[in-house]
Amino acid sequence: MATPRPFTSQGSSLRARSHIAADAVVLLGVAVLFWLVIQLSHGITAPFDQVTAPSTVSTDPANLPYYAARSLLRMFAALAVSVLFTFVYATAAARSRRAEKVLLPTLDVLQAVPVLGFLSITLSVWLLLFPGTALGVEFASIFAIFTSQVWNMTFAFYQSLITQPRDLDEAARLLRLTKWQRFWKLDVPYGTIPLVWNGMMSFGGGWFFLIASEVISVNNRVYALPGIGSYVAAASQNEEIGRLLLAIGVMIVMVIGVNFLFWRPLTAWAERFRTGDTVTVEQQRSIMLDLLRRSVIPAVIARVLRPVGVGLERITRPLGRSDRPLRVNPTRRRIGDIVFTVIVCALIGLGLVRMLGYISDNVGLDQFAVAAGLGLATFARVLVLLIAGTLIWVPIGVWIGLSPKVTRFAQPVVQVLASFPANFLFPFVTLLLIQTGVSLNIGGIFLMALGAQWYILFNVIAGAAAIPNDLREAAINLRLGRYHTWRYLYGPAIFASWVTGGITAAGGAWNASIVAEVVSYGDQTLTATGLGAYIASSTADGEFAKTLVGVTVMSLFVVGLNRLFWRPLYGFAERRLSLT
Amino acid sequence: MTASPAPGRTALIEAEHLSKSFPAADGSVLHVLDDVTLTLHEGEVVALLGKSGSGKSTLLRTLAGLIAPSSGEVRYRGAPLNGANPGAAMVFQSFALMPWLTVQDNVELGLRAAGVPDKQRRQRALDAIDQIGLDGFETAYPRELSGGMRQRVGFARALVLQPDVLMMDEPFSALDVLTSENLRGELISLWARPDFPTKSICIVTHNIEEAVLLADRVLVLGSGPGHIKAEVPILLPRPRDRRSPTFDAAVDRLYAILTGRDERSAAERAAVPGPLTHPLPDASVGGLAGLVEIVYAHHGQADLPDLADELSFHVDDLLPLVDAARMLGLLDIDGAQAFLTDTGRAWYTADIQRSKEVFATLAVEHAPLVATIVTALENSDGGALRDDFFRDLLRRGYNADDTEKQLDIAIDWGRYGELFDYDANTGELVLSEIAAALSAMLISRDTDNDGGQAP
Repeated sequence: MATPRPFTSQGSSLRARSHIAADAVVLLGVAVLFWLVIQLSHGITAPFDQVTAPSTVSTDPANLPYYAARSLLRMFAALAVSVLFTFVYATAAARSRRAEKVLLPTLDVLQAVPVLGFLSITLSVWLLLFPGTALGVEFASIFAIFTSQVWNMTFAFYQSLITQPRDLDEAARLLRLTKWQRFWKLDVPYGTIPLVWNGMMSFGGGWFFLIASEVISVNNRVYALPGIGSYVAAASQNEEIGRLLLAIGVMIVMVIGVNFLFWRPLTAWAERFRTGDTVTVEQQRSIMLDLLRRSVIPAVIARVLRPVGVGLERITRPLGRSDRPLRVNPTRRRIGDIVFTVIVCALIGLGLVRMLGYISDNVGLDQFAVAAGLGLATFARVLVLLIAGTLIWVPIGVWIGLSPKVTRFAQPVVQVLASFPANFLFPFVTLLLIQTGVSLNIGGIFLMALGAQWYILFNVIAGAAAIPNDLREAAINLRLGRYHTWRYLYGPAIFASWVTGGITAAGGAWNASIVAEVVSYGDQTLTATGLGAYIASSTADGEFAKTLVGVTVMSLFVVGLNRLFWRPLYGFAERRLSLT
Repeated sequence: MTASPAPGRTALIEAEHLSKSFPAADGSVLHVLDDVTLTLHEGEVVALLGKSGSGKSTLLRTLAGLIAPSSGEVRYRGAPLNGANPGAAMVFQSFALMPWLTVQDNVELGLRAAGVPDKQRRQRALDAIDQIGLDGFETAYPRELSGGMRQRVGFARALVLQPDVLMMDEPFSALDVLTSENLRGELISLWARPDFPTKSICIVTHNIEEAVLLADRVLVLGSGPGHIKAEVPILLPRPRDRRSPTFDAAVDRLYAILTGRDERSAAERAAVPGPLTHPLPDASVGGLAGLVEIVYAHHGQADLPDLADELSFHVDDLLPLVDAARMLGLLDIDGAQAFLTDTGRAWYTADIQRSKEVFATLAVEHAPLVATIVTALENSDGGALRDDFFRDLLRRGYNADDTEKQLDIAIDWGRYGELFDYDANTGELVLSEIAAALSAMLISRDTDNDGGQAP
């Protein structure tokens, strides 16, 4: 049986190569960047009211196909932008020594910034860039999806660039390929498999943010884009349970359909880029791909595009060969490094002072303490979620993973569950909370768990399925009891997978807190005490300084926990509990 | 030592006083090449022969302009290199073909880079494919081909560029014996053709016979750091016959140079052997026992090249074992002959417990690192020390990888000889006697407890 892959959009946080000092500097830099963005959009009030986007959409089921198509378009637009960004950013980080020093820690931190925090911060800029049209809101939504997908893909591609087999790199240089040729003949093919798989994982996570970003409330106004997410929001507003269920059905069809028509063929096609001799026993198969392979259309398209490729190859020739000079002047390099570092640090420092000034002028620096306190409340929720999720899903995951038959059936289901945007279910849970009178302070945990818990389950299944059969037979042969089997076999064997699942679940939960700590059904709105609610409400009220504080503090929490908790655990698992 | 220039021939690649050192992860410096000077001339095949760790691949890559030397200079036709050598094409041990390109596209890749027009490119690639015996496989992907066929693609890809110098990095060592023999033969007949555009071949190998078979000149590299230990011209007429006595004589001579004492390294080494000057050869106790057993079965005397051949080993695989056996005094080496010593005989014929004791004595006497560890443990409080202590010690002479390797070998030997125990969890080395006493105490306490709880 083919070993299932881990399912995570946070893998890179575990294998980051930056230092904690670099992280700290970059975190400040990112905060400064956010502040700049807010500054840029300061004259915001005027164009705001002229935006023609409505605040709600019709819930007529006849509109649903159109809405679904619009949502899908947003997803693919974001994916396309993500791929472009990945190519440029990862290549720059891998090929330029100096750029790497900045780009890599930046990536590390950006990944920890809550996606909806990005949205809150940049929203005003998008609205300002496209005044008077709904295009700004449209771009903001695509941007939110983009930020949920891109870091992970970039990391994967960067990783593949720097782990290229040395002999292929040497062959490319000795054959004197141009930079462009090398990129398309070596870099991209070698990175295709990780890029496609990470793209698929990230795409699954992206639905959540699509739904969350189609209805945006900012600066005391609500904007709704035509899409399946806003449809759900409207149905929830109008208390139309039947239409909610309908939307869920459409959503499931969409998730499965995209998987069948797009990702499955793509992953099967990407198999041709596998290096090494091993022909995997269980080939990725796709009916869709077989169909495409039999048709003449791809060949026709290839023939049409061929002159374009030749032309590009010629145009890019002046960019030079993919070789590096053997001789460098160490003194000049050293001076360059110092100048570079000083400039970067000075810019960040200057920005930091100005940003703190901005915050203290608007809301006061004590808001950091307020946000940190609220952050602890949200952190407590994340913690409960992780513990409960572990207790429930680890045994189930191991049970599924140990039985190939169940795995084959359960894994795609869990994958769909993990991709399914949990915020679709929020209205139902909210209704339940309203009727039972349970506080959102407790119920919020459940809302956050709706999306996050599946990562634990999925990864534990993958980990359990990878336990070698002979070890299990040995355990049976030694007559280990249930306790000892868990203690000496299952526990150590799935630990790394659990860490991967845990960090992904935690990241998802922090993100979800922004939409899960303020929920409404009909006219009733529930609010929990927490950092997520703080960010959501300050964005809705147009208090950007508070949003900035909230997002910064949340990023700090996530980066800190990754650093101090998850990474050491993962390091331990890799060192001591590796099965190979 | 300087490779002597052959008068009247055009020098293609000249390397002068090449040294190469890499910074190790812990800040120390790892020297790979030391003051290597050589010249590749038109019309000759040069083999770089050496054990692993002699820097032969690094040397080849420096000549190819893939790696910058730390000091010294490489010139191609008189022009100093600052990037990939424009006159060189390389054939890799691992083939280094793009798995996602067909045979044809792989062969065309270099021409495409050179901007050769479409039609001409296709024709030249087809000719090269034809020449190297790959016709019919143009549309195949490398993974569909056997190792030998893949290396043919590697040759075609290099030769289609009509390079001045064909560089080969152990091109046959990933192939089985018959296939590599066959490919070597084809290479020789290509080289013999008057219209063969390549003017010189430089091959890196650890296979002595291969060097003698192919080369006009063999440069033997010594290790620690890599340097040219000897230059041996091979004046045998072509085609060369493996069974001729002159061929054998050349092989034996190279073998003796390769395994022989290295004056230059020896001079650098301290008078008293220590863990930093005398690294433990990378050999397991099991491997040592195997080697001694074979020599014993050969009535206590074996010809090493024959032995390697018989076991279908490469020199590389056998040499660490031979070095270790010699270090411990289990074997005597004279030229290419190995003799079982009395100690070796005693070790091999003893029963398990006794052989462990013999091994322990030998290791403490002759393996500097094992001796150091035992002495340090004996002098420590409680007979236990952290592995980091020894790691720090070793780092002064080795890079991070070699430090771990040395420690692993010493632990393997020490454990087998029951000199000390190692706890991987705590990273603690404990003298065996003390560990034994401690566990005896624990067991007796356990049984006491059990006894107490018994009704």
